[in-house]
Amino acid sequence: MLSRTADNLYWLARYVERADCLARILDVSQRLAYTPVSQGSTANEWGSAVLTAGCADLFIERYGPLEDATEENVVSFLAFAPENPASIRNCFELARTNARSVRTALTTEMWDVINSAWIELRHFPNRAMTREELSRFLAFVKETSLRFDGATFRTMLRNDGYCFARSGVQIERSDNTARILDVKYHVLLPEKERVGGPLDYFQWSSILRSVSALTAFHWVYRDSVKPWLVADLLILNRQMPRSLASCYENLSRHLDEIAGAYGRQGPSQRLSRSILGRLTNCDIEDIFQNGLHEFITDFITDNNKLGKAITEQYLT
Amino acid sequence: MRQAFDEMSITDGQVRPAYETLRRWLDSVPHDVLDHRRKEAEYIFRRIGITFAVYGEENAQERLIPFDIVPRIITKNEWSTLSRGLEQRVKALNLYIRDVYGRREILKAGVVPKELVFNNPAFRPEMNGQKVPHDIHVHIAGIDIVRTDPDTFYVLEDNARTPSGVSYMLENREIMLRLFPELFAMHKVAPVEKYADDLLATLRSLSPRGGHEPNVVILTPGIFNSAYYEHSFLADKLGVDLVEGRDLFVKDEVVYMRTTEGPKRVDVIYRRLDDDFLDPLVFRTDSVLGVPGLMSAYRAGNVTLTNAVGTGVADDKAVYSYMPDIIRFYLGEEPLLPNVPTWRCREADHLKYVLEHLPELVVKEVHGSGGYGMLVGPAADKAQIESFRAKLIAHPDNFIAQPTLALSTCPTLVEKGLAPRHVDLRPFILSGSDKVRIVPGGLTRVAMKEGSLVVNSSQGGGTKDTWVLDT
Repeated sequence: MLSRTADNLYWLARYVERADCLARILDVSQRLAYTPVSQGSTANEWGSAVLTAGCADLFIERYGPLEDATEENVVSFLAFAPENPASIRNCFELARTNARSVRTALTTEMWDVINSAWIELRHFPNRAMTREELSRFLAFVKETSLRFDGATFRTMLRNDGYCFARSGVQIERSDNTARILDVKYHVLLPEKERVGGPLDYFQWSSILRSVSALTAFHWVYRDSVKPWLVADLLILNRQMPRSLASCYENLSRHLDEIAGAYGRQGPSQRLSRSILGRLTNCDIEDIFQNGLHEFITDFITDNNKLGKAITEQYLT
Repeated sequence: MRQAFDEMSITDGQVRPAYETLRRWLDSVPHDVLDHRRKEAEYIFRRIGITFAVYGEENAQERLIPFDIVPRIITKNEWSTLSRGLEQRVKALNLYIRDVYGRREILKAGVVPKELVFNNPAFRPEMNGQKVPHDIHVHIAGIDIVRTDPDTFYVLEDNARTPSGVSYMLENREIMLRLFPELFAMHKVAPVEKYADDLLATLRSLSPRGGHEPNVVILTPGIFNSAYYEHSFLADKLGVDLVEGRDLFVKDEVVYMRTTEGPKRVDVIYRRLDDDFLDPLVFRTDSVLGVPGLMSAYRAGNVTLTNAVGTGVADDKAVYSYMPDIIRFYLGEEPLLPNVPTWRCREADHLKYVLEHLPELVVKEVHGSGGYGMLVGPAADKAQIESFRAKLIAHPDNFIAQPTLALSTCPTLVEKGLAPRHVDLRPFILSGSDKVRIVPGGLTRVAMKEGSLVVNSSQGGGTKDTWVLDT
């Protein structure tokens, strides 16, 4: 297939996934900010939302230090700001631009989701939203990514194009999970453990919520929320679709399928396998022992490297 | 201007036979039901994303062409006259272009003046003496047809470069089948969906390399082009790659495309890009849409471009006026489809007549298209006519003039109900190395404004489904 087509599919899927992640981040920040226990806390949840979204530099340039971030400017920055290339609105714009460029590689159903969302987006006001409007907006964004994934899963040919699209999703998703962990790793560290601290509990459960895993947690561990279990679920648990291990399992499979179809392995397959190996051959205690923060930082770097390798090997 | 011929009814109350069933059906369906279906059609068009852009307009990227749900009907007999005439015309166009870049017999014989070729901005000296694969230049033509009475179809314009609109022909039919299945049950309408197969067969027949399956691609300027939807639509229907200039490269006079599996050789390029932009090494050096080296591969005969380079030399409005002579010259036949009488302002006596009769004529720019830069005398005010007069006197070569034709009308759904609106027709003619293919029908364009004769979509024109009856 055309390299540009593969590139468009890959980025289309990434942008839809990114919009979804941003919506979750905003959702959780909103919930945390309204939790009574957080009122006395010094941590600024809105600031850490910007950090998690990975666009702190641009935000600081525009609105000043993260400590002073307010709900209003963070929501408008992450959801709508035209000058923020990674705002939800821009993700949808870019997703549609990519989709238009590869109309022929998309099924009608996939195109329909993207195009309808883009049309719908214009019905949401550009001004500051009421909380109710914001909730509706975030629900709409999440709904869109669900529909897009569903349309992809149900209608797309299982060919190289499918593998490139899904690889885009997995790269973006693991990046997002890793960044959530990166911003919040301090509340997961064992020395911070003060049993029953209500603020910590909210922090832990909010991490789970941001990857829609609160219910899953209880099913998997049959235990109350404990920080090392949260880390285990998000990093190593293969049953959890947003865990790093699960993302890499899928990613490696898709990349291997591409290599199989083309009859040639390359740097992206090797890199992906090596990262998956690291997520498979260790347990959460090893990770804590060697430093959770270092582990996550390394992962983010490697994940970016893999993104570059895929681009070089296939998409240019 | 006299009362225009309405294709449904000759006079009030008397319905032409081809339209009888449709008329009865229209009478039986309440207006609000029709209106509802019209809205449904619009919704579907927007959802599918069938949009086009008008250059220079704010938010231009996404506009819908108005779609009228009342079909336009052509009988089998009418179509057979039309299709024979179209085939004849395209054959002559091809022979003319081949001659102009070859032996130039027609110029030597003095049938067409030399200046019309050599002063034509669409003339490509790069093509002199250049043989093109299978000797065909215009593989895909769109010939615009208008009608003034039950028996007369005129050719209004030849489009021999990259005619667009065929996606509307196909999508209009799809929508009609979806919205009005009952109407199709009452009529025997010749299908148009074969166009995609025909086009692919035509393109494949043109491959410069024998012996294996040719790699056919469609070359688009990109998503900001006004006809991008059509490019992607056709690529999809044909099952070929839709490429942009940056997806292609030339090595040792062979064209390749960049794929995830490495370079892949390209045999036939259906390009929807003007000559000017094809190759920055030969034509416009600032073109970022083209492929450096493409012309070298083309001249080496390693790739087929459809349409060929330089076909514009045959389709401007000045050459148009010579088409009947061109047909006679190459084919030794009388034209089956007449031209609209045309005054060439480059000739002194013609210019004199035109200047004296401006209020009743339509004056067009020789190289204009899209309905821009024309004067419709009867609809213009004094100031417009005077400013046009000045332009004409300054650059007579740039203009031709025609009588204001009473274009036929078709009933069209407007706010107040059904009303007659002027229409034209653009059938698409495919010329492969094996044969000429024409699907029955074409794109009917309709001027949505009352009394307007301008059907171009850039000027607010709409489209209709065109039915050629099979009985």
